Amino acid sequence: MTVMEQRGAYRPTPPPAWQPRTDPAPLLPDAEPYRVLGTEAAAKADPELLRTLYAQLVRGRRYNAQATALTKQGRLAVYPSTTGQEACEIAAALVLKEQDWLFPSYRDTLAVVARGVDPVEALTLLRGDWHTGYDPYEHRVAPLCTPLATQLPHAVGLAHAARLKGDDVVALAMVGDGGTSEGDFHEALNFAAVWQAPVVFLVQNNGFAISVPLAKQTAAPSLAHKAVGYGMPGRLVDGNDAAAVHEVLSDAVRHARAGGGPTLVEAITYRVDAHTNADDATRYRGDAEVETWREHDPIQLLERELTARGLLDEAGKQAARDAAEAMAADLRAHMNKDPALDPMDLFAHVYAEPTTQLRDQREQLRAELEAAAETAPEGGTHR
Amino acid sequence: MTTVAVKPATMAQALTRALRDAMAADPAVHVMGEDVGTLGGVFRVTDGLAKEFGEDRCTDTPLAEAGILGTAVGMAMYGLRPVVEMQFDAFAYPAFEQLISHVSRMRNRTRGRMPLPITIRVPYGGGIGGVEHHSDSSEAYYMATPGLHVVTPATVADAYGLLRAAIASDDPVVFLEPKRLYWSKDSWNPEEPVPVEPIGRAVVRRSGRSATLITYGPSVPVCMEAAEAARAEGWDLEVVDLRSLVPFDDETVCASVRRTGRAVVVHESGSFGGPGGEIAARVTERCFHYLEAPVLRVAGFDVPYPPPMLERHHLPGVDRILDAVGRLQWEAES
Repeated sequence: MTVMEQRGAYRPTPPPAWQPRTDPAPLLPDAEPYRVLGTEAAAKADPELLRTLYAQLVRGRRYNAQATALTKQGRLAVYPSTTGQEACEIAAALVLKEQDWLFPSYRDTLAVVARGVDPVEALTLLRGDWHTGYDPYEHRVAPLCTPLATQLPHAVGLAHAARLKGDDVVALAMVGDGGTSEGDFHEALNFAAVWQAPVVFLVQNNGFAISVPLAKQTAAPSLAHKAVGYGMPGRLVDGNDAAAVHEVLSDAVRHARAGGGPTLVEAITYRVDAHTNADDATRYRGDAEVETWREHDPIQLLERELTARGLLDEAGKQAARDAAEAMAADLRAHMNKDPALDPMDLFAHVYAEPTTQLRDQREQLRAELEAAAETAPEGGTHR
Repeated sequence: MTTVAVKPATMAQALTRALRDAMAADPAVHVMGEDVGTLGGVFRVTDGLAKEFGEDRCTDTPLAEAGILGTAVGMAMYGLRPVVEMQFDAFAYPAFEQLISHVSRMRNRTRGRMPLPITIRVPYGGGIGGVEHHSDSSEAYYMATPGLHVVTPATVADAYGLLRAAIASDDPVVFLEPKRLYWSKDSWNPEEPVPVEPIGRAVVRRSGRSATLITYGPSVPVCMEAAEAARAEGWDLEVVDLRSLVPFDDETVCASVRRTGRAVVVHESGSFGGPGGEIAARVTERCFHYLEAPVLRVAGFDVPYPPPMLERHHLPGVDRILDAVGRLQWEAES
């Protein structure tokens, strides 16, 4: 029998009929980002919520300005501003219940503060006196995470553990558009969907990963579209519309709390300031583009809505500004003091019990400090 | 200190028993990884755990090492004690960012508020004829990362005792399992209860007066064999099994070297930048005036782990150890 005859005789069994496991249609994001302010939906928005959002946005904008100023004064090593992104930051903090957890990236100091963490403690990492200044368990806020997207699997694991214990806990994890290219983004979303973990992923698409624009970051129709491939719903929202971000995140949190699993929310926003004080944004974007986004400012959008509905007058605006100014003054006063550092803290929290190697090194440093103290001039300090 | 009577047949079975006992003792202990559930692990170390404790406690995860360790971080944050399996040594590399950027330093960056009691089981080392990426010895990477404990058993009893200790530790522990000892029924398999004590102590496996072989994990039985063979040449070798690379037991090691005056460090992983350099330096710093000869290293070559048909030329064997012992005759050479 020839080879061809053999092949002719070969009758493969047909593959079993393949069915997609889920209908992808309900998972797909809308074509246009969801908006509330300036639309018919705005009339249904709760006035009290809008007022709260407004006061928080004004406070957040002032916080961004103050922290940026502290960087210029050398009081902060670096500050990645969220000016223009305040709606995302505030909404992320406000949609969570007390028992829920927030997993911020390094840019999300504002969300951390809005969650209730002391503004000075929230800046400890960026000031440089310790890596995390606050107790993560006090407000259920994970440490600010500098590596990109690596905090996302933590959020999944924590939410999964809470559900295993029968606790009503949702985790909201924040990441930027650049972070969606990282492997940990993929692994976190995949684990979350497979485990049906009560997690909400919030991507703040602010247009740039330092200097690289979104078009060079992904070829996906939108970042929210990525959700479909994991089997979770993707939502697209105007990230400068505080009412819309709040509503979409609230829906996602409710969905997670009810056992519906994770959601990926992409909020389209813009980083008006540079990446940090070390960045020259004029090298990769024009003033005209920035100006367009300044006109779509989250505070102004909300202010217009509140004013049109008669929910905000000049006195109300002034009250919000005064509260923000008091926060800024307090922050300045605390940040202008030199932090009291104990060099021996270097060895304090490496292990539950220091190894003999660390004990030896601790004694070496102690001897160095004592020697320095002896030779220091009267009243002098070593820094 | 707790003691548990174990009479397991092999190291793999001792590890299974340790996992089962830890899970039974503490509902916070969760085992997770690729194939650990239904299959019981490719080496069967997690055999039967999913059946006994349910799939929520012994979980088959998606195939993603960073995701396995990353989600374990979140679980530990919420009070669980995850035990993750990396299946094979070189498969752990995708998880290195989680290990180094988060697992090792979460206690430190939160000033002690968020310790992570995670045990990371890594089957490691060669000698089983594995194809590429199945035989690496990566301990130097782990040792170089502050905040991690690094332990490796060489005996059936230690497999049990050290794993229980690792799971009980409030700090992350990289638990290196010597693959080629999984099926070993070693000669010092205890009939007595196994002590579970905090990790960090080395043990003298064999007493001797002429020189000390400092070793760990898969090289321990090789050194024991070399010590027996060396008797014919008039050498009475002491063998120190480190058991714990971090913390490092200077006391036991240096006490031995001061008695013998000569030392050889033996391990499978590469020599350059490897554990042996650190150990030799520590011994030299502390025992210089007791030394009759330089501290020598017998290690794997500084090559990517070789294909299985060549690995016997790479792995330190009895002859290479005996050759080094011969070179400890420093006076004769000079």
